[in-house]
Amino acid sequence: MTRGFDRYFAVGVTALAMLVPLTLTGIALLIFIDAWPSLTHFGLSYFTTTVWDPVHFIFGAAAYLYGTIVTTLVAVVIATPIALGASIYLTEFAPRRIRGPVSYVIELLAYIPSIVYGLWAIFVMVPIMRANIEPALQGSLGRLPLVGQLFSGTPVGLDLLSGGVVLAIMILPILTAISREVLLAVPPTQREAMIGLGATRWEAVSRAVLPYARPGIIGGVVLGVARAFGETMAVTMVVGNSSRDITGSLFVPGYTMASAIANQFVEADSELYFSAIVEVALMLLFVALVVNTIARYLIRRSIADRPAGAVV
Amino acid sequence: MKTRRLFAGLLAISALVAACGGAPVSTSPTPTSATTGSPAASADPCGIPVTQKCSSEAQSLTGAGATFPGPIYTKWVDEYNKLTGVQINYQAVGSGGGIKAFTDKTADFGASDVALTDAQIAAATGGLYMVPTVMGAVVPTYNIPNVTATLKFTPDALAGIFLGTITKWNDPKIASENSSVTLPDMAITTVHRSDSSGTTGVFTDYLSKISPDWKTKVGAATSVNWPNGVGSSGNAGVAGSVKQTPGSIGYVELIYAIQNKLGYGVVKNAAGKYVEASLDSTSKAADGFSMPDLGKLTGEQTKLSITNSANADAWPISTFTFLLVPKDLSDKGKAQAILRFAWWGTHEGQSFTKDLGYAPLPTNVVKSAEEVLKSVTSGGTKVLK
Repeated sequence: MTRGFDRYFAVGVTALAMLVPLTLTGIALLIFIDAWPSLTHFGLSYFTTTVWDPVHFIFGAAAYLYGTIVTTLVAVVIATPIALGASIYLTEFAPRRIRGPVSYVIELLAYIPSIVYGLWAIFVMVPIMRANIEPALQGSLGRLPLVGQLFSGTPVGLDLLSGGVVLAIMILPILTAISREVLLAVPPTQREAMIGLGATRWEAVSRAVLPYARPGIIGGVVLGVARAFGETMAVTMVVGNSSRDITGSLFVPGYTMASAIANQFVEADSELYFSAIVEVALMLLFVALVVNTIARYLIRRSIADRPAGAVV
Repeated sequence: MKTRRLFAGLLAISALVAACGGAPVSTSPTPTSATTGSPAASADPCGIPVTQKCSSEAQSLTGAGATFPGPIYTKWVDEYNKLTGVQINYQAVGSGGGIKAFTDKTADFGASDVALTDAQIAAATGGLYMVPTVMGAVVPTYNIPNVTATLKFTPDALAGIFLGTITKWNDPKIASENSSVTLPDMAITTVHRSDSSGTTGVFTDYLSKISPDWKTKVGAATSVNWPNGVGSSGNAGVAGSVKQTPGSIGYVELIYAIQNKLGYGVVKNAAGKYVEASLDSTSKAADGFSMPDLGKLTGEQTKLSITNSANADAWPISTFTFLLVPKDLSDKGKAQAILRFAWWGTHEGQSFTKDLGYAPLPTNVVKSAEEVLKSVTSGGTKVLK
């Protein structure tokens, strides 16, 4: 082989590498062009109003944006402590022969197709949510001032809370797997030093291990958020698919951006309707971009704060 | 209709495979082999009724559109292929997608559950006709604890429930028609389709006809701004949500309710009678119905709606589903193939309707379909004789 081949090889791999950003740009550009009629027609009201009326051609997507953010928040709030607890157990406490099987089962959750989650959710989870969990929440937390607002209304089971719970289960494997990897990568000397100083296990984990692993854990949460944003099928099946006014309760049927696109794209037969739906896609892309940017910033900041030599 | 779409796709694939398996005959289109054994060999092979292979027509067609008639169109495609050797690929992508494909000329014919709007008609260059092919119906299904009786709904009560003005099951507007049933003091949860659907189109078309309030506040379309309730995807989703949620009411296609043995309510029809929904009472909705001139489309769409039929034995929430065929097509072979298929479907094809859960067209509607199919031209001359 000669130097000439090297040059062709370089050109070839450069072209292949460029393919990805080009595809992304192409997608963004096409979405933007298709969303243009809606962007110019509705302007800012598209993002601030909740009326979505294909009959009278009035489109406001605030409820979709709200639904996506709320279900994702619920998912992260539920899944993060579970994932963190599980990974601390697996790395710090579990006997070696249990570690493997338990991690394997958790990671197995990631391989379940989302439609299967959806079916399980609609036939098993929703009835339990409606009959047991939601009334219980209403009876306890629902009585508190301010927080109680989150649990007001008639529990139907097909609502934002159910959407969030399904998402929580779906992002659990990625959160756990990443947290576990990160905790495993914390040098044993960190713990040993702490324990050598007479610290309890709790102190060792909370003062030495977790601060060390924080950037990696935040990174895992971000990947979970990214998955939750785009997740469509399972959420659509339980979230209620109704874009009414934003009430602040988790017990009302809601709508996410991804569900709105999936539900309505096929039959959007007029130009403005079609364009309004494409604008939802544009919004989804934009929100995903913003969230990822914030997350990267968080990771970078926590790396700067980390104890010397921490795992990224 | 998701599952059905999948089903239709599988059928289409298997039809293709079957067609390929038997292909050797059709690849050598010698007139003798095509006509031997056919009882109507003496008649024009390219005429109507369709009895045999016609060598001058296009041998393959593509169609796209509504999911609701998907299963029967797939059956037709299969049977028609056995009869004529013509291969038709029907994609059940939804009415909106079908209209788009037809307008963009990426499909030879389209299919829609709802009549096209003026703008959609204008967009189809060269013009089009809407040919009714089969009929379907939509029924209300509900889940009230300890109530097993068939509930009767006045149009007013049904509209009130979905508008949100009637919020409890023991509301006098429901209770007065069901004096033999004890209805609970329970909140009503309405369930609607979250995906755009012809089923929603028919249901909201009916509500718009019987309730001025509904017409102004919500209107009729394949997807509307629902005043309340939860949305679920597909007939299966709506039925599932209703089954699980005590105090809920939703609407599903009649076929779906029959196949899945769901109980459904009766709705008072325009003549003031409570008629149970069935394939017969669905067909009755178009029986004696004065069909508008299918050749004149713009501004006539509402006349194609058979909801709230005046027929005393009709189920009031019934509908046609349409095949979209071009008004004039320069490719004569293609025009022949499309028209012969449509002709066969609206005649011989009707015999498959009941087995698959569709209501057949009454004779007066078949007559209208005949007229409009006969008026299609190719380069200015009529194609069917």
